[in-house]
Amino acid sequence: MSIEVTAGPSSSDERLLRESFLRKLLRRPELGAVSGAVLVWVLFAVLAGDRGFVSLRATANFLEVASELGILAVAVALLMIGGEFDLSIGSIIGGAGMAVTILSVEYQWNLWAAIGMALLFSLAVGAINGLLVVRTKLPSFIITLGSLFIIRGVTIGLTRLITGRTQVGGVKAAAGYDSAASVFTSAIKITDPASKRGLPAEFSISILWWLIIAALATYVLLRTRPGNWIFGIGGDANAARNVGVPVSRMKVILFMVTATSAWLVGTIQVLSAGSADTLRGEQREFYAIIAVVIGGTLLTGGYGSALGAVFGALTVGMVQQGIVYTGIDSDWFMVFLGAMLIVAVLVNNYIRKRAAEVK
Amino acid sequence: MSADQTPIVEARNISKYFGGVIALKDVSMELRHGEVMCLLGDNGAGKSTLIKILSGVHPPDEGEYLVEGRTVHFTSPRDALEHGIATVYQDLAMIPLMSITRNFFLGSELTQGWSFLKRFDIRRANCIVHEELRKMGIDIRDPAQPVGTLSGGERQSVAIARAVYFGAKVLILDEPTSALGVKQAGVVLRYIAQARMRGIAVILITHNPHHAYPIGDRFTILKRGRTLGTFTKAELSRSDMIQMMSGGEELEDLERELREFREQASSRSAETPSQEEPGGFGEESG
Repeated sequence: MSIEVTAGPSSSDERLLRESFLRKLLRRPELGAVSGAVLVWVLFAVLAGDRGFVSLRATANFLEVASELGILAVAVALLMIGGEFDLSIGSIIGGAGMAVTILSVEYQWNLWAAIGMALLFSLAVGAINGLLVVRTKLPSFIITLGSLFIIRGVTIGLTRLITGRTQVGGVKAAAGYDSAASVFTSAIKITDPASKRGLPAEFSISILWWLIIAALATYVLLRTRPGNWIFGIGGDANAARNVGVPVSRMKVILFMVTATSAWLVGTIQVLSAGSADTLRGEQREFYAIIAVVIGGTLLTGGYGSALGAVFGALTVGMVQQGIVYTGIDSDWFMVFLGAMLIVAVLVNNYIRKRAAEVK
Repeated sequence: MSADQTPIVEARNISKYFGGVIALKDVSMELRHGEVMCLLGDNGAGKSTLIKILSGVHPPDEGEYLVEGRTVHFTSPRDALEHGIATVYQDLAMIPLMSITRNFFLGSELTQGWSFLKRFDIRRANCIVHEELRKMGIDIRDPAQPVGTLSGGERQSVAIARAVYFGAKVLILDEPTSALGVKQAGVVLRYIAQARMRGIAVILITHNPHHAYPIGDRFTILKRGRTLGTFTKAELSRSDMIQMMSGGEELEDLERELREFREQASSRSAETPSQEEPGGFGEESG
């Protein structure tokens, strides 16, 4: 047993110095995601460049898709670095969106009040998720799989009970719509020289939300105490608790953060569509996890980055929209997504092994 | 060592029962400033129970626990830590994927700025870690590298350095060398000597007499939940120590048993594969 340790080759210092820059680069969790995003863009630029993929309009298009996923992915990245899963966010998107719509349309609330109330609902759901995980010590996968169905069921049940339907419209006529829309769904229009019909590229404000949230998450993760705790509880919750990290409190907060991100996406979707559907947000929890994993975050926690999740979401968004431009039936998108996930995990495992191996 | 000095940690007639099992019975020991006390004993001798009591994980069922002459009743490891008693466990020491600095400051992060604008001052933290480790004779190239890239010995050393930096007066080290090779164990033992030079009292738990003997000032030997006494180095030769720890007769019995077993096996047939000796012994010969 001791033979292995002592007989290991001792590398010379010169070699280590030469390797150190590459090593530092390899140590960045987002390396794989950045190169993956570049690769996917180049792939679609070659396959669909002449069909309009390389244009401002297409860029605005895939950025909008990526931004809604990215808002979720950044929050999920924090949670997954903290060692937990949240499968309920897709249902919260539907539930929060429906809450905003029913309160503002059926009960004539001011839209801002409805949005605020939906936020409170979402925070409560996140807190319950977190408390259940912490108290029962069951895997969060199980707890949030349960809440995935419970929240979706409650949303469908209540909506049908109150409105008799599963789709509710009329949000654009609600009081306070104009100001709320400017915050959640406005867009910057830029004329696209590549467009033959003179259609402008519309860069949605959700892209801005995405970037702000990503910057905030990155700062918290890398430069604050709670950020260090998130890495600690994901890496080894017991060790973290032993040195005084409030493990349970941090976990509950992280579930509240993912629930809040789902609320934001739900609100953006409802305001831009003007209506809510009880099935909105379905499968978004998996897309978010895929984006996070492509972004280099470990499924087992303790390692990853918010920036990686940004590039993971960007990659997924590009593939989702890029396929349309290639002319391939978009039914094949899911095949790409699944394959990408598996490749990303393999690449990340390899990189991580290289970065953290015992010298 | 002056006799009038108050021991920094003292256990008086401590007993601990787990259901019907007597884990410790009437165990007394004391630790003085700036000494390394080795706690020796075979598996199941009660070493872990004793250190868990000293580090605040379990309260003793009987007896008295004194820190700097005053009776204490710890209810959690936090209490012990506040009295300057830090325990470094063999397995729970470090989180491999986190950087050395992040591990070092986990739970006690160095901050800068006010209230919610407070930020983790990672640059200064890096400098401190580099300096603290250098003081103890470990030169790491980059404190931002993951702990997983360190060897087992270095990892233990970082954990010890952390305890020392955050004001430990008493270090309890649980089997810090048991998973390490000879060279790595040397790193940790050298490090313990450094800590002693800085006036820190150390309780070193080990079942390896070859690691204990060179570093220890005094030796407390546990056997089946009782103490066989505390000895200074002058009172105890290395071979006496080994004899007392595991019981010489027991080793002789085992040797005889194994010899018989081998004879039996060879007399039977060649198709049964030869049994390897139990793992624990290879280490003691190393």
